[in-house]
Amino acid sequence: MASFFDLKARKAALANGAATKDTEKKDGENTRVQPWVEKYRPKTLSDVTAQDHTITVLQRTLQASNLPHMLFYGPPGTGKTSTILALAKELYGPELIKSRVLELNASDERGISIVREKVKDFARMQLTNVSSAAYKARYPCPPFKIIILDEADSMTQDAQSALRRTMETYSKITRFCLICNYVTRIIDPLASRCSKFRFKSLDQGNAKKRLEEIAEKEKVGLEEGAVEGLIHCAEGDLRKAITYLQSAARLVGAVQPGGGDGDEMDVDKKSVSVKIVQDIAGVIPDETIQRLVKAMRPTTLGGNYTPIAKEVEDMVADGWSAGQVVNQLYQAVVYDETIEDAQKNKILLVFSEIDKRLVDGADEHLSILDLALRISGILGGR
Amino acid sequence: MALIVDKHRPRSLDALTYHDELSDRLRSLAQSGDFPHLLFYGPSGAGKKTRIVATLKELYGPGVEKIKIDARVFQTSSNRKLEFNIVASVYHLEITPSDVGNYDRVVIQDLLKEVAQTQQVDQSARQKFKVVVINEADHLTRDAQAALRRTMEKYSPNLRLILVGESTAGIIAPIRSRCLLVRVARPSLGEVEGVLVKSCEREGWEVQRGLVERVARESGRNLRRALLILEAVYAQNEKVTDATPIPPPDWEGLIEQIAREIMAEHTPARILQVRSKLYDLLTHCIPPTTILKTLTFKLMPLIDDALKPEVIKWSAFYEHRIKTGTKVIFHLEAFVAKFMRILEMYLMSMDM
Repeated sequence: MASFFDLKARKAALANGAATKDTEKKDGENTRVQPWVEKYRPKTLSDVTAQDHTITVLQRTLQASNLPHMLFYGPPGTGKTSTILALAKELYGPELIKSRVLELNASDERGISIVREKVKDFARMQLTNVSSAAYKARYPCPPFKIIILDEADSMTQDAQSALRRTMETYSKITRFCLICNYVTRIIDPLASRCSKFRFKSLDQGNAKKRLEEIAEKEKVGLEEGAVEGLIHCAEGDLRKAITYLQSAARLVGAVQPGGGDGDEMDVDKKSVSVKIVQDIAGVIPDETIQRLVKAMRPTTLGGNYTPIAKEVEDMVADGWSAGQVVNQLYQAVVYDETIEDAQKNKILLVFSEIDKRLVDGADEHLSILDLALRISGILGGR
Repeated sequence: MALIVDKHRPRSLDALTYHDELSDRLRSLAQSGDFPHLLFYGPSGAGKKTRIVATLKELYGPGVEKIKIDARVFQTSSNRKLEFNIVASVYHLEITPSDVGNYDRVVIQDLLKEVAQTQQVDQSARQKFKVVVINEADHLTRDAQAALRRTMEKYSPNLRLILVGESTAGIIAPIRSRCLLVRVARPSLGEVEGVLVKSCEREGWEVQRGLVERVARESGRNLRRALLILEAVYAQNEKVTDATPIPPPDWEGLIEQIAREIMAEHTPARILQVRSKLYDLLTHCIPPTTILKTLTFKLMPLIDDALKPEVIKWSAFYEHRIKTGTKVIFHLEAFVAKFMRILEMYLMSMDM
């Protein structure tokens, strides 16, 4: 027995040594190329922003060392995966996390056969012992394993139903955590076995605080209003906002590592402005949309086909994505107070139809042209 | 002999003639060593591919131009074998997953993981990561895109993706939020003309300003098309002058003929005649969307302004049907019939 432990210890030491050597070499390189989304992923539960209710509940369960099956749902970029990873880290610590947590996501094959074999095998496995008392004092190490099924809504129905019995049979030693965007895509029998946690999209204040924090740590200059611009473009998706921020920072400061000399850096380093953010997010400039709206305004009866067709053609040739056009046109029309409510009703019907068509993959040029002409027709009272 | 489209294609970022700001941006990204995942989008003939190849060259040097084609076989979970072609250099791979239709997920999962788990072979390479270019990314299935999500994050030290597509509409939001979006707009008319003139000079052809202008307009700012038209004109005529006519492609001529026929007579018998022509187009592999779109825009100048919104509406309607339906000819014919009816109704109301 002693030799066994010895072996393990030696192995660990070896791995440690190798790791330190490796990290020394790679560290500088790796942290630089790491996406900020990974770099600033919350490390502990209390780091997770803006999901107060969920976090309080989870922290209680953490103290009680008992956990129900869980189902996290909510829009992308609200911290679902981060929360469960942070929870796992707090529960098990760095050593045990490998043997106690199984993470499967959509990039792994997840058909019914995998659920039957891999998941079941892992669920069935007996627990490994905690190596030392000191370790146990630091981390709760509750007597169960966690299986994280990320992006569970892309699992097939069959695969989900195969989980049903598995979840119950091994509930003594295994907890499941399902993560999804749309709770409706999880079959009812699974949903009823889990306690549900809804993740709401981030509010302005929290997102702003987080972004400013990151910008400060990365030494990125932010112009007035840039953060608001970021949040607006990202629509409550913090990951998107951080990615945009990183891209923007790359654009304004990308010259510096290649540029070489120290004094050059200050000159090259510009701050992130609203325009750059919008550029990255693929937001269409206001003038372009306004031009289209102006072309749509009724003039003489039926006389505005030519200007509309021209605007639309230019837009398509400039490569603006149709989804974005529909989105921004929608904003422009809905908040336009000169349009009567009855007309807005009709216009919205058109929007919904065009949106469906675009999702089905219809031709963008024709769809947008149709949209613009029909709105123009409605505005003209025809 | 290569076409001038390929022969005169710019091979490096410096040689690109328009979108200078974008070129600068790509250059600084390539040189910084901190290279994000990229998503190129824009209409065809705008120069997306050219820019990608140039960026790769900036990243790795001339080695990327030595490419070979591999045929790989993948196996699906139901033991079906898929043949798949990969264009590869030492530093990068280029794949078109939509070739294998619904099985693109298998290719994405297997291939990307395999690539991502091995490091760059060439130790002297300038970058530590490999680049995978995914063509027609907007046609990837949802499953394949979902499979990309974690892969893009997990393997980011070894792997960078460059996605190429015509629009971002077909790409799910989680992928979009992981990429730096790069929009490549079509060149303006003036820029197209500039490129055409340069190509003429390099080929030693006499530059005809009037012709160049007309070619640029005819192409609808599509640079590839403009160059092809230009070459066709010079190949067909011994002596090229300002007044040399630009021959439209056969299929466009046929569609124009259809448009005229529809305008002339609105009877079931005429639909039957048009039908054989439409079949002719389809058997020559002209995409139905292109047929419908061209037909619509050929009809536009022939009808009254008041009718135009209505015609566009039905054109968009049937185009959607083509995409969701299975039998293309039904919808094309339905559009023709609908158009005839609209026109007839309109003329009747005018008479009364």
